[in-house]
Amino acid sequence: MKDAREALVRVDGLKVHFEIREGFLSGLLSKEKKVVRAVDGVTFTIDRGEILSLVGESGSGKTTVGKAILQLVQPTEGAVVFEGAPVSQDREGLKAFRQNAQMVFQDPYQALNPRHYIIDIVAEPLDVAGLVKTSEEREQRVREALEQAGLTPADDYFYRYPYELSGGQRQRVVIAGALILGPRFIVADEPVSMLDASIRTGILKLMIHLRDTKGIAYLFITHDLSLAWLISDRIAIMYLGRVMEIGTADEIIKAGLHPYTQALMAIMPVPGQTREGERPVLEGETPNAAVEITGCKFSSRCPRATERCRQEQPELMEVAPGHSVACFPVQEEHRSSTEHIAGNE
Amino acid sequence: MNKKRIAKKLLYAAITIFFVLVFNYFLFRILPGDILSMLSRSGKTTPEMVANIREMYGLDLPWYQQFFVYLENLFTGDLGTSFIYKKPVAEVIGSRILPTVILLGVAEVLAIVVGIIFGIVSAWKRGKAIDTGLLSTSLLLYSMPTFWLGMMLILIFCVNLRLFPINGMVTPGRVFADTWAYINDVVRHMVLPMACMALVMIGEYAITMRSTMIDVLSEDYITTAKAKGFSNGYVLRRHAMPNAMLPMITLIAINLGLIVGGAIQIETVFSWPGLGNLMYGALVNRDYPLLQGVFLLTTVTVILANFLSDILYEVVDPRVKSMGG
Repeated sequence: MKDAREALVRVDGLKVHFEIREGFLSGLLSKEKKVVRAVDGVTFTIDRGEILSLVGESGSGKTTVGKAILQLVQPTEGAVVFEGAPVSQDREGLKAFRQNAQMVFQDPYQALNPRHYIIDIVAEPLDVAGLVKTSEEREQRVREALEQAGLTPADDYFYRYPYELSGGQRQRVVIAGALILGPRFIVADEPVSMLDASIRTGILKLMIHLRDTKGIAYLFITHDLSLAWLISDRIAIMYLGRVMEIGTADEIIKAGLHPYTQALMAIMPVPGQTREGERPVLEGETPNAAVEITGCKFSSRCPRATERCRQEQPELMEVAPGHSVACFPVQEEHRSSTEHIAGNE
Repeated sequence: MNKKRIAKKLLYAAITIFFVLVFNYFLFRILPGDILSMLSRSGKTTPEMVANIREMYGLDLPWYQQFFVYLENLFTGDLGTSFIYKKPVAEVIGSRILPTVILLGVAEVLAIVVGIIFGIVSAWKRGKAIDTGLLSTSLLLYSMPTFWLGMMLILIFCVNLRLFPINGMVTPGRVFADTWAYINDVVRHMVLPMACMALVMIGEYAITMRSTMIDVLSEDYITTAKAKGFSNGYVLRRHAMPNAMLPMITLIAINLGLIVGGAIQIETVFSWPGLGNLMYGALVNRDYPLLQGVFLLTTVTVILANFLSDILYEVVDPRVKSMGG
């Protein structure tokens, strides 16, 4: 049964741990394996036709979250629920899921097989699933997908190789290839970060247009907070495999509460303004994900870290409708202020 | 590929061959000892005889004249006369080509097929037990001294188990009832040297294939293909393997040159009457014309094989065509 309120995608306590490959000999000899906690307990939902941005610096595990949702890496723990049904690892279940959920990668130069014609790349899912009978039908489907992706006249692109196209055109081919099966959900992993600024807008507009016309939901993975603000409905801030804060785009940008969000905000350039005074700039590097951290993952760099932050891991707590923060000091402030309001009544 | 570029590549090939030719010519003459010292070892030679032989082979001429005579003859297709066999070099080499090509050709094909399969399985199961097993086997085979492996095979299969003949290509003095009996005898002689050669090459192919496959498998178009729900076998066949074959083509081309050049160690250990064995004999006896002939053949084969692989690259990879050069 499909519940109308059930989110399109629900990620529940997702964990992805990778074993570190050590040297050949030590790998043979030692039984103990080091583990990188790329994703360490992530929970969020995406509604139909919604764009959720997953923002974080490199190494925060945001790409791994995307891949784990699409079952391209095996989740260590936790569940991915698509349209109310858990995504299974068995062949048939995966096959059906993959018609509905697609991925667009960062580097359009790598995402297309250099030895195939554009028409074959786009039509491949149709060919493999045996969905088209005649070559006219095949061309028609590819034509539609390419035109939806903004490549017109589509026929001109059929028999060209990826190396003959520009980066922007390639990314449109990638999108066309993702669209051909009519997915309802697309994981877009930094889809514009490799493109020229002038081409970016076109690709972003295309993605938003597809959302508006076809109701496609996106998980938009990016390191660029201002970009996330521009295109998304909601934003989740990730740090070392955990979601630190999640809320509507406006709320995160204008009223971000987590110290990490605030630090990211501080380095976000604002057009037409010169910042006065000192900016709070984060000190140090992101810790190695192979080292186990007790307590809050951000505590080693956090200006507000307390003893409790170093001992316990904070969970996300709703501080306003649809806005949750995983930070003890923020949560305590919130509690005392609501108690204060409650006391006044 | 357009004609102009083929012509350019051919010209480069010709220049390379010429330089190797010059280099080889002088290289052999720098070697200590010459045919005269080899012949006069017996002590039965008189100074007059030595002088006669010297004159017969043109060794009394100054070195630069000898060189030009060699070049002149070469361009008329005359490779010279072997000191030892007293026959034209071309004829001596010609009789040895077939045994070498048969032995190494079969070994090469076997090694390519098995090596590629090893490499693919290894890369696909990277980090798993089967990868560790295949990779260590490949490394072991790759680093195995050919002659030692050959001697061990002889020791085990010929001396102890008495399964195969020890050396040569046919049983000496045997009369064959028909062609099949002859082929059967040759095959029995060929099994060990072929296996030895193939084993050593499997390691090289497997390691190369594994590493290019690992590169290709980490490309986004592989992940994209998986995300589209294609089966593993399909992704391997249609996306990974064709792209991983490019470096293999180069490696195969280089090794093709070796086929003709002969495998000196194998052929010597197993007394296989091929080019490698011939080269070894020529070297021991300072038979310059024969050595030069064999080296020339090897050079031309290696360079031609590379030339062919350049052209094959363009057929296999559409990107190469557009790059020009």
